[in-house]
Amino acid sequence: MTDLIEETTHPEPMPDPEPAGGWTGALRRRIFEAMPPEQLLPDTQPSYVASWIYVFGVLSLTAFLTVVGTGTVLAVKGATWWHVSGTGHFVNSLHLWSVELFMTFMSVHLIAKFFMAAWRGKRALTWITGVIALGASAFTALTGYLIQQNFDSQWIATQAKDGLNSIGVGAYFNTMDFGQMLIWHVALLPLVVAVVVALHILLVRRRGVVPPLALRDAASSSGLPASGLPDSGLPDSAEEVEA
Amino acid sequence: MSRRRPHAEPDPYTFGSRPYDLVKEFVIALVAVVVLTVVLAAAFSSPDVKPMTIAAWANNDPGDFTTTALAELDGSSTTAGYGPPYNSAAAGQQLGPLHIARMAGVTHPIDTVDAFVMKPLDSVPQNPEVTAAISTWKAASDEQQGTWTGSYSTALGKAGGDPTKVAAGGYGPVPLMLAQLLNQAQAGSLEGQLMSENGFYHSDYTLPLMFLADGSDLAAEAQTQHLAGTQWGMMNEVNNFPGQPWLAPYTFWYQISPYKTSGNGDALVWGTMGVVGAVLVLLPFIPGLRSVPRVIPVYRLIWRDHYRRQKQAAEV
Repeated sequence: MTDLIEETTHPEPMPDPEPAGGWTGALRRRIFEAMPPEQLLPDTQPSYVASWIYVFGVLSLTAFLTVVGTGTVLAVKGATWWHVSGTGHFVNSLHLWSVELFMTFMSVHLIAKFFMAAWRGKRALTWITGVIALGASAFTALTGYLIQQNFDSQWIATQAKDGLNSIGVGAYFNTMDFGQMLIWHVALLPLVVAVVVALHILLVRRRGVVPPLALRDAASSSGLPASGLPDSGLPDSAEEVEA
Repeated sequence: MSRRRPHAEPDPYTFGSRPYDLVKEFVIALVAVVVLTVVLAAAFSSPDVKPMTIAAWANNDPGDFTTTALAELDGSSTTAGYGPPYNSAAAGQQLGPLHIARMAGVTHPIDTVDAFVMKPLDSVPQNPEVTAAISTWKAASDEQQGTWTGSYSTALGKAGGDPTKVAAGGYGPVPLMLAQLLNQAQAGSLEGQLMSENGFYHSDYTLPLMFLADGSDLAAEAQTQHLAGTQWGMMNEVNNFPGQPWLAPYTFWYQISPYKTSGNGDALVWGTMGVVGAVLVLLPFIPGLRSVPRVIPVYRLIWRDHYRRQKQAAEV
């Protein structure tokens, strides 16, 4: 009994318990630390997010999903379906116009983010993934035009090859090889765009929407601190950016 | 002139927050985009101009077909002199000191004599006269073949490209071979013969497209459809449909010198686009350029409500 009391009173130092769940648990904790659910799906947003220009982000995403949806129907029915079926032609029209909307929305979104200097505050990777998404989407669209199986695709294939051949890419990426272009268009490039877009959205959710640029001229002319509201706290000319 | 200290990243929510239903916004946007897409598709449809076939080309313009086939036979066609990745007839374009095309090598070899003329002729049973002509051609020396094709090319030119009006002369088996190739093309079998050179399964249209592109009619039709390079090229679409306007920053360079006049124009355009792309990607790290948004006050419009609240708070 005495031994027990002594043990209770003066316990031996215990080693730290191993984190629960092993590698899986560690990955789960890492994910939740980086992206808590309330940050991934917020039900509030900063008050400065109050312009119609912000709509172009979600419009780009929904247009992308529309492109994928209509493209999936065309892929399921086969490459020649839309040439011989009225329904197929309409689905092709849906695909075309959703692509036009997608590229338009994304371009407006990118231009707007440029004027916001949206790379400030460790948001450089968000900007970079956005630019890559636009470039990859343009390349995906090009392969779509190449697999139309009509005069347009004939002409574009014979023209685009010259540019690609001039820099050696044509040796491995043959615009006149319908089979190769079909695979690139329906599998490889959409996967690239989807991954980059997903990464872009996760970065947006993690870093939050970039705060407004500070009106330093107004503050200095009045001799007052900026206001009762906080300044952006970010360099106006974006000196400190980190990927 | 003091160097500014690094700023700590503020929490965006320190600016105040307001309720926001992200899922609702997403659903509304999705419905709006789908409805807009359906309206545009129903109103404007999509273009589908049928492809130009070799049969149509050969029937509509037998002179151009024959002239092109002769160019494939005598090695003067665009494809014959292209260089990598089709052959070694030229070095290919270069970007400064870099011969990138040549470094990539000949990965899609095309011997225009074999691919466009001899193999199609050999692929079907021919009458004795044509068979003899093919044998004569194969047995002749390169010099003799060159003499025949040269003479026929001159005569065809004098006849305005019409093979039926070529004066008799010492052209060897060339007229008969090309006439038979024209017959096969007009009958619609040449496309299949060119495709079958790659085996049973066909998905590579390189040979028929290169043959078509060596002729004049494909480019003429493209000109009619305002798709030519001087008309901002492949960013356009047939008729008045929107094509790929996002390619305008690429096709723009082809409209100005030195890109449109240089023999290395394509490589120069891609080199320029590489630099432009890199600048755009790395914009956050480029001093000066990354400060441009501060100079152009579009941001004042975007965040005008925020600045108004700031001003009101300061006045209070």
